[in-house]
Amino acid sequence: MAHPTPDPNDDGGSVYDGLLEHHEVAGDDSQWAFGTDFEDPLAGMDTTVPDDVDAAELATYCLLLGDDALVLSQRLAEWSSNAPDLEEDIALSNIALDLLGQARLLLARAAAADPAVVPALPEGSPAPVEDALAFFRDAADFRCTRFVEGPNGDFAQTIARLLLFATVRLAAFERLGDHADPVLAAIAAKGVKELTYHRDFAGRWFLTLAQGTEESRRRLLAGLAQVWPLYPELAEAYDVGPEVDVVLDQVFAVSGVERPEAGRRVGGEHHTEALSRLLAEMQSVARAHPLGVW
Amino acid sequence: MTTLQEQFDATVAHSDRIEPRDWMPEGYRKTLVRQIAQHAHSEIIGMQPEGNWLTRAPSLRRKAILLAKVQDEAGHGLYLYSACETLGVSRLELTEMLLAGAQKYSSIFNYPTLSYADVGTIGWLVDGAAICNQVPLCRTSYGPYGRAMVRICKEESFHQRQGYELLTTMMRGTDEQRAMVQESVDRFWWPALMMFGPPDADSPNTVQSMEWGIKRNTNDDLRQRFVDMSVPQAEALGVTLPDPALRWNDERGHHDFGEPDWEEFMAVVKGNGPCNAQRIAHRRRAHDDGAWVREAALAFAERSAEESRA
Repeated sequence: MAHPTPDPNDDGGSVYDGLLEHHEVAGDDSQWAFGTDFEDPLAGMDTTVPDDVDAAELATYCLLLGDDALVLSQRLAEWSSNAPDLEEDIALSNIALDLLGQARLLLARAAAADPAVVPALPEGSPAPVEDALAFFRDAADFRCTRFVEGPNGDFAQTIARLLLFATVRLAAFERLGDHADPVLAAIAAKGVKELTYHRDFAGRWFLTLAQGTEESRRRLLAGLAQVWPLYPELAEAYDVGPEVDVVLDQVFAVSGVERPEAGRRVGGEHHTEALSRLLAEMQSVARAHPLGVW
Repeated sequence: MTTLQEQFDATVAHSDRIEPRDWMPEGYRKTLVRQIAQHAHSEIIGMQPEGNWLTRAPSLRRKAILLAKVQDEAGHGLYLYSACETLGVSRLELTEMLLAGAQKYSSIFNYPTLSYADVGTIGWLVDGAAICNQVPLCRTSYGPYGRAMVRICKEESFHQRQGYELLTTMMRGTDEQRAMVQESVDRFWWPALMMFGPPDADSPNTVQSMEWGIKRNTNDDLRQRFVDMSVPQAEALGVTLPDPALRWNDERGHHDFGEPDWEEFMAVVKGNGPCNAQRIAHRRRAHDDGAWVREAALAFAERSAEESRA
């Protein structure tokens, strides 16, 4: 059987066709992966805050949700080229990309609801508001929970944190689908599908590690113990309760893992040391070129 | 009646595909394993130089683009390892050969990425050179490899455009940004030319690979094509290519250009590039650190299979 393939080097078939024609046309988005296009993340949406919603409160809440997604995305991206196998490398990048997408929408929503949350930039800076918030705010102004800030630890600890995070966030997003602000409601509705996948991915690995080898079980229990003391703070920030416990207890039961003793770490009014280091790295290029165009 | 060898030769002569269950000469199989594995390893090692900037991308949009791109490279590695597995070698064996230094990857990834502009330059020049090498492979004689390449080339051309677009955007920015782009192009131009391999006269495998239909063009042909395509792109971008000998030759209908430093090339191939040790150490650490996870997954799958039989 012949399997002819057109010769891409022939006239009219080069993969380079169009490189020069398109390079200034931002509107031609054929080369962009989903979610990476040029548009303002909220383009086309009416961002007027409804009368019965307090704009400042809405902005603060969106910053909490956005910053958590941004910071955990940054942590998960650290797994790129470091994961146990290619499939997990790809999956963790997927989750990081989803969270980054949520962060962009939420930061843009916060800025549109209350422009006062956006830090002042040097005159002439072309940075869009999402980047002003991500790259030009100091650690103290971030609203993220301590739960997402710390280093990844090993794969087991990463899975334990992701399971708790995705379960809590999914429960919150399901509820936010009815939020009085239609923009936040739409962002939450989109996030529900993503978070369902994140929770399932983490849940499957939680079970696998719990029931895999002695070593994987030991590491999973250690990882869970490591992230648990900040879990109550996360659940409180997202205002979730028994509905999350039901899901978690199910995963724990199938996995043969006991729910850790509730112990709550004090100091939640401040960030961890880890956050400012994470931000120093993340913000370094943007801050070195405050008038840069990217 | 024709012999297996004659059937194989006839298939290749007609530019038809050889499929995994077809008879093939042992040398053909070995050459393919070497080439596909090298290509797969290049995708996986190639995640590192750009991954170096993942946590520092200067805008959220650029972070998303870069993360998606590095993820695509993992995906390409996955297809290529799968294509190689159809020749009877497992991903684990291939990874072990990479870590032992028994198989190679593209030397370009042994150069460091020193600024964010390198993310764009790698897209433009490195992915561009890779596409020149890879597009003809869509017609390679081995079916699984050719089909993997069709998909990979499509995505690589997205990456190339994204890289070029980053550079054009930076060129519209500040003086510092323009200087970053020029400095990055200066560093990557010659290593990019070396990606096509040594001159034809010094490329011992080329003739046999072309007879087998594995390779479709010589190294020098492809290098010339790459230079001819890059010159107008560099002009449009507003950067200078760092080669004083580079000029249009009306008679040949091609650009003349200088000779890459083949001594440097050989040094990098032999392991003495700026980042060879670092890249392999990174890959080895990730592989070793993940061993307990892979073991756990295997143990869990075996136990689940046993339980479902019981």
